[in-house]
Amino acid sequence: METINYQNFRIEAENICVDYNGKVALYDANLRLKPGQICGLVGMNGAGKTTFFNALTGFVNISKGKIRINGESVRSAQKDQTIAYVPQNEGIDSQFPISVWDVVMMGRYGSMNIFRSPRESDVQAVKDAIERVDLTDHLSTPIGNLSGGQRKRTFLARAIAQRASILLLDEPFSGVDIRTEKLISELFIQFKNEGKTILLSTHDMIHVREFCDLVLLINKTVVAYGETSEVFTPENITTTFGGISPDFLFGPES
Amino acid sequence: MELCSFLTLDSFITDPLTHGFMRKALLMSSLVAAVCGFLSSYLTLKGWALMGDAVSHSVMPGVVVAYALGLPFSLGAFIFGVGSVALIGFIKQKSRVKEDTVIGLVFTGFFALGVVLVSKIKSNIDLHSILFGSPLGISLSDVKQTIFISLLVVILLSIFRKDLMLYCFDPRHAKTVGINVFFLHYLLLTCLSLAAVVGLQSVGIILVVAMLITPGATAYLLTDKFDSMTVISVLSAIISSLIGIYVSFWFDLETGGSIVLAQTFIFLFAFLFAPRYGIFKLKKLFAGYK
Repeated sequence: METINYQNFRIEAENICVDYNGKVALYDANLRLKPGQICGLVGMNGAGKTTFFNALTGFVNISKGKIRINGESVRSAQKDQTIAYVPQNEGIDSQFPISVWDVVMMGRYGSMNIFRSPRESDVQAVKDAIERVDLTDHLSTPIGNLSGGQRKRTFLARAIAQRASILLLDEPFSGVDIRTEKLISELFIQFKNEGKTILLSTHDMIHVREFCDLVLLINKTVVAYGETSEVFTPENITTTFGGISPDFLFGPES
Repeated sequence: MELCSFLTLDSFITDPLTHGFMRKALLMSSLVAAVCGFLSSYLTLKGWALMGDAVSHSVMPGVVVAYALGLPFSLGAFIFGVGSVALIGFIKQKSRVKEDTVIGLVFTGFFALGVVLVSKIKSNIDLHSILFGSPLGISLSDVKQTIFISLLVVILLSIFRKDLMLYCFDPRHAKTVGINVFFLHYLLLTCLSLAAVVGLQSVGIILVVAMLITPGATAYLLTDKFDSMTVISVLSAIISSLIGIYVSFWFDLETGGSIVLAQTFIFLFAFLFAPRYGIFKLKKLFAGYK
């Protein structure tokens, strides 16, 4: 086990900007996260949440600013398997002819040889990961035959098998059953204890209060960032969502 | 049909084999079918059918120019195939025109250029064999080229089989774990251009896109496993080629068209009777009898 220095930053994003062919998607955004921290990423559709993720994984290039992952470049973070991305269910082709086992094995590809032939350690990592998300009965099930919650757990298992120290989760709670929601929240506590850093986007304000130490409110740029208890205020939320009152957003049950 | 009445199945199969050109056609078409079928799984899953159509049509001027200059036609075809894709990407990025429009616009432009060039360069280019293929009249140098290109594509696809599957499935994850997505994108495009080049000998430029998408689509209806999909795709492509060539021999039909029609019929069969995804779901029908 590597020793974790809890004082060093895992993620450092400084004044980052992303634009797509001249259209600004994100500007002057900052974020600093340490090991063991869980941060919620909250904003409207099109506020730049996915863009933020894409910038951290290197899927899009930033036009300005600086990103450091464990003090190094995004490129070397990719090489070191540091970041795992868990897509939202809508972001993947559920009809792709591929089994749970094969998806989770993809978490190991980055550390395999060029033919991606699994070693014994890879097989073990995949087995363990699938067990942790409770899908051992579905090893060879095509992902098209899974429920939304099971599919979400499959991609979580991929991230676990990758042994990444940073997890980026796009809407981890959308479209999942109660059982999956409970399992994910248990995993979050385990991840936190293992010193992993988690950044998750969500529409659900209750989940932010429940899981997130920190919250990052964005609307093309950072509206507010800090401890959830301090920053997650009705005023800030209203600003983030373009003037819509939090009562409306929270719904009647809160 | 009268021809057939005194034929046994045995002579239906063996008689054509006594002709050298038929043996060559059957072998070469099977090889080409296997290559296109292999690639087909990736193209159908990636949603690149239109891209396949574009590349295969765009190679036309390349073939004509190469013939005129006495170069291997595969070289010209390859340059124009990849060039068309680069141009599509460039126009898409620099204008507000939607992607499918750009694709349609670019490949028809290239194709028209090819047609015009053929009419201007009065050499021994046979327009008909470029447009519709001529597996029965394939020359020795073409055989060598086809074998070389086919092996190259099969080797490339075999080495990067899993990476390409990941690229089609989840490019974002590929990028996140440090896999070179840019390389895989152009690898797939290169294979597509090369497969179009060998495919056009069998069925011609106009129909080669069928070789690149129909076997994959058929296999997609029949399995939920990627590896089986590749195997089924290759097999159905080879079988279609053999059926097409035999049928065209006995009934004196256009060979390229016959091969593609055979593929289409196999697809229709899968569409109607595939165990899980067919309209009539064979499994359920059989279950009813038990």
